[in-house]
Amino acid sequence: MQTAHNKLNVAILGTGNIGTDLLIKTLRSSHLQCRLFAGRSLSSAGMLKASALGVPISSQGIDAIERCPDVCDLVFDCTSAMAHLQHAPLLKRLGKTVIDLTPSKSGRMCVPAINLDDCMSSPTVNMITCGGQASIPMAHVIGKLHRNVEYIEVVSSIASRSAGPATRANIDEYIENTEAGLTEFSGAARTKAILILNPATPCIDMQTTIFAKVGDPNISELGTAAAAMERRIQSYVPGYKIVVPPVLEDGRIVIMVRVTGLGDYLPSFAGNLDIINCAAIAAAEGYARRRHAQAHVETQEPHHG
Amino acid sequence: MVDVVISDPTLRDGNHAARHKLSADQIRTYAAAANAARIPIVEVGHGNGLGASSLQVGEAGIPDRTMLETARAALTDTRLGVHVIPGFATARRDLKLAIDIGVDVFRIGSHVTEADTTQRHIGTIREYGRSVYGVLMMSHMASRDVLVEEALKMESYGAEGVVIMDSAGAYLPEEVTDRISALTNALSIAVGFHAHNNLGLAIANSVAAAKAGATILDGTARGFGPGAGNAQLEVLVAVLEKVGYTTGIDLYGVLDAADLAEREVMNVAPTISSVSIVSGLAGVFSGFTTHVRRIATEYDVDPRDIFFELGRRKVVAGQEDVIIEVAMALTRQRKRA
Repeated sequence: MQTAHNKLNVAILGTGNIGTDLLIKTLRSSHLQCRLFAGRSLSSAGMLKASALGVPISSQGIDAIERCPDVCDLVFDCTSAMAHLQHAPLLKRLGKTVIDLTPSKSGRMCVPAINLDDCMSSPTVNMITCGGQASIPMAHVIGKLHRNVEYIEVVSSIASRSAGPATRANIDEYIENTEAGLTEFSGAARTKAILILNPATPCIDMQTTIFAKVGDPNISELGTAAAAMERRIQSYVPGYKIVVPPVLEDGRIVIMVRVTGLGDYLPSFAGNLDIINCAAIAAAEGYARRRHAQAHVETQEPHHG
Repeated sequence: MVDVVISDPTLRDGNHAARHKLSADQIRTYAAAANAARIPIVEVGHGNGLGASSLQVGEAGIPDRTMLETARAALTDTRLGVHVIPGFATARRDLKLAIDIGVDVFRIGSHVTEADTTQRHIGTIREYGRSVYGVLMMSHMASRDVLVEEALKMESYGAEGVVIMDSAGAYLPEEVTDRISALTNALSIAVGFHAHNNLGLAIANSVAAAKAGATILDGTARGFGPGAGNAQLEVLVAVLEKVGYTTGIDLYGVLDAADLAEREVMNVAPTISSVSIVSGLAGVFSGFTTHVRRIATEYDVDPRDIFFELGRRKVVAGQEDVIIEVAMALTRQRKRA
């Protein structure tokens, strides 16, 4: 049994699919303690789930944190891009570390497989998008191996059931944020993101295709590098898998990945939920370890591991 | 006063058949002919609409801006329309461009079950005061009740009408009658139908739609469109007039426009190929055809097997990337056999 004092106290804002799945993941973490699950409606499915799990809940949204700032050190924002822009200044004033899971295009973009350590000095990180977490590591590998990356395009297909109302209302922000992340981490001259919802039953697993146009493609080295990156991602997203390794088709590089979720809140088809939340947990645990290490240094305590 | 408003996507859906490479000259020439024929709406752009030029569905030969500006300059009486799919096109990048160029009619589409993804785009166009319609694509993939529910959402977002697409050319006429009747009963806005010809029923289905109360029908010159093509515009106009509907279109004008399109806009007019029949039976988006043919050749598999497998997987428009995966799986299966 872990003692709570070693854990970083966190709050989750937003009780939709993302927030509720994240809650279940925080409960499993040995570094995180969820002290507040806050939204707008006590009767939402997520709220009922949290209540059943014995997690403190509030229908006052961010006001609950403002009224009682000591409840947490870190806030996961799982609301919407527009709501996050309102939350950000307040959370900054309260000195909270913020992990933003909305496509708000603010804060430092974080893809744990690429830049987790670099992000730990930023008070706010943005987890980009689910499609971004799935595709950007591969785009990054393509960018590192090729001098001339003319264009990268990623297409994510997700099950309709895994896309809640905020996701649907934020499709434009999803596209813009994913494209910004692709540009940042691949160095491609042009990028494009496409999102497809598929209502088939049984639900389809999240699938993402990465296309690239590069000068002088190096497919064999890319295959090795992509497999190494796949293993890095699997260390925090167990269901991440390359289903079509790099091939050259019609003059373009094609890589396809599939993400099956851990089935924490929605069933395993909702890999989109899983990958962004696993990435957010990886970031939060990074902050927790850093804080723990700093506390030890400050108090000159010996390290207990 | 017309009974049925004809919307002509020759320069948009036809772009699928042209691998999205229609030139500015082709757009200018055909738009002028359509304008002379008094066709009410001409839709222009990449086959998958604004902002859709991509490796996934095909790169356009010329930018959206050039296509739309060229058409805009050629149209004086005919209204200029665009097709828009949220997930491909964003308001900031793509709708803004089309608004600035002076597009009159926006048709905001989604897969038949995903109408709520169109809410913000429809709202944006309403704010600009342009005409906006909802489009439910691949409409055969949902039950009649779901179709009505989704159309009602589009009405609540402010759409002036809802057009259902038979994107795979999969409907039989009685199914069209059933669905259009349900929609005209439930909605207080206009209802439209967009046919494809995989099973040779595009005209019959369009007439069935009109008889069930549809007041917007889509047709393209010589049926120019993906796979087996669309309802053939000049036939549609002739048949509707014969049945007793007024379209306001000049018969000789539309016949001349179609002749011109065959000469200037397409390499070859669509026919119902064997592969297109299979795509209709499998209920797979006609826009997949050129990609399936190419990939089937590359991986040496039967394009019909690919279509049936895509149908089993219930892929929707925009999932063209799955074709490669299916072709690879079929190759592996054959090696094991």
